Amino acid sequence: MFDLYGFGGAMALGTWGTIKIMVSALGIGLATGMFGAWAKLSGIRPFVWFTELWTLVIRGVPELILILFVYFGGSIVLGNIASFFGYDIYIEINPLFAAVATLGVVFGAYATDIFRVSILAVPKGEIEAAQAIGMKKTTVLRRILIPQIWRYALPGLGNLFMILQKDTALVSVIGLNELMRNTSQAVAFTKKPFVFYIAASLIYLAITTITTCILQVLEKRANRGVGRAL
Amino acid sequence: MNLQIVMEYTPEILAGVVVTMKLVVVTMVLGLLLAVPLALCRNAKSKWLSIPAYAYIYFFRGTPLLVQLFIIYYGFSQFESIRQSFLWTFLSESYWCSILAFTLNTAAYTAEILRGAIKSVPQGQIEAALSVGMSPIKLYTRIISPQAALIALPGYCNESVLMMKGTSLASTVALLEITGITRNLIAETFMPLELFFLAGVIYMIISTIMIGGFKLLEASLSRFRVEI
Repeated sequence: MFDLYGFGGAMALGTWGTIKIMVSALGIGLATGMFGAWAKLSGIRPFVWFTELWTLVIRGVPELILILFVYFGGSIVLGNIASFFGYDIYIEINPLFAAVATLGVVFGAYATDIFRVSILAVPKGEIEAAQAIGMKKTTVLRRILIPQIWRYALPGLGNLFMILQKDTALVSVIGLNELMRNTSQAVAFTKKPFVFYIAASLIYLAITTITTCILQVLEKRANRGVGRAL
Repeated sequence: MNLQIVMEYTPEILAGVVVTMKLVVVTMVLGLLLAVPLALCRNAKSKWLSIPAYAYIYFFRGTPLLVQLFIIYYGFSQFESIRQSFLWTFLSESYWCSILAFTLNTAAYTAEILRGAIKSVPQGQIEAALSVGMSPIKLYTRIISPQAALIALPGYCNESVLMMKGTSLASTVALLEITGITRNLIAETFMPLELFFLAGVIYMIISTIMIGGFKLLEASLSRFRVEI
């Protein structure tokens, strides 16, 4: 049963591909989200406008359109840049890059507000107190700010990561070897769509279940030392 | 970027807007109709009701919408018995498959939003209603739902916009809505930059209108609310 008509290996490879996309997009998403939060809080007008526009676009435009736009549109933009410098070549964007960059930037747009709110949630008095007892800026960041921002941001980031995991399935439209595409190839070969798509859904379910457990552990760790009113 | 292309193809893509809007409206109505009993079952004391509802919500929230759509559109065709039955008139059409997938999916998310909203109604009010002799149905229609609706509204607005964005997946089962038409036009013209830009702007307009509509609804629902 588990050899899936000989496609068990392809499914496992696809799962590994999906996990790689998830983790890389998460990395880019966290980085861009932190940058966005910093840009919004900095109060520098062009930065604020840029992040506002970025979140507005991501909230309103389907991820599928964004992925296709980056993948197909990106190579045309690159081609135009190349021809501007006198090279008439067709540059193909690496689908992995297009997928990871798009999913990461989508994650980052939503993460911007989560980080921003979490940073604002740290009481000012604590930072002043830390400075008053002579902590260096880096120590304040490491000991006071980051642990608390992390604690406030974790539930929201966890939800976003769940959304990101499910969005990786969209990447199959640009022909990247991940779970969804490998599943469709197996279907084309075996003509057993129900078996394979159910198998794929169970794999996704397993991934989200494992992530939920990890998030629970992380949240518990982040909240250690915080009193509860019960 | 060639703006003339954008102007030229706008009418063709607007034809897809009608299909997308139909998908969104039908899915929102059916999804809400399914979400209410799901939320009630999920909150029910009986395990026979709450566990199946929990399993349903867990599956549909834990797997990608694309997989759900493919199970319905491609998966069911594997069975000869389904292809012979009356169900096939619906399941062979990408339009109905999309509606079914989107409805089942959004119902799971909406049920979870409603469940939280119902839970947030203060216990004291429920006890008070029961103690003045309200029947459970009256309790729900007069005390719980008016308050729960208001609490659920922001979450439901978010979910509806996400669902609207999700309808672009219907293009993968060859339905000609905004994304589907755009992709076809790109295959003809090879102008991905202009046409995806146009489609993106249209989606943004739709989502802005939806959010505005929900804001109006929220204002009208909260007109009797007294800030204490």
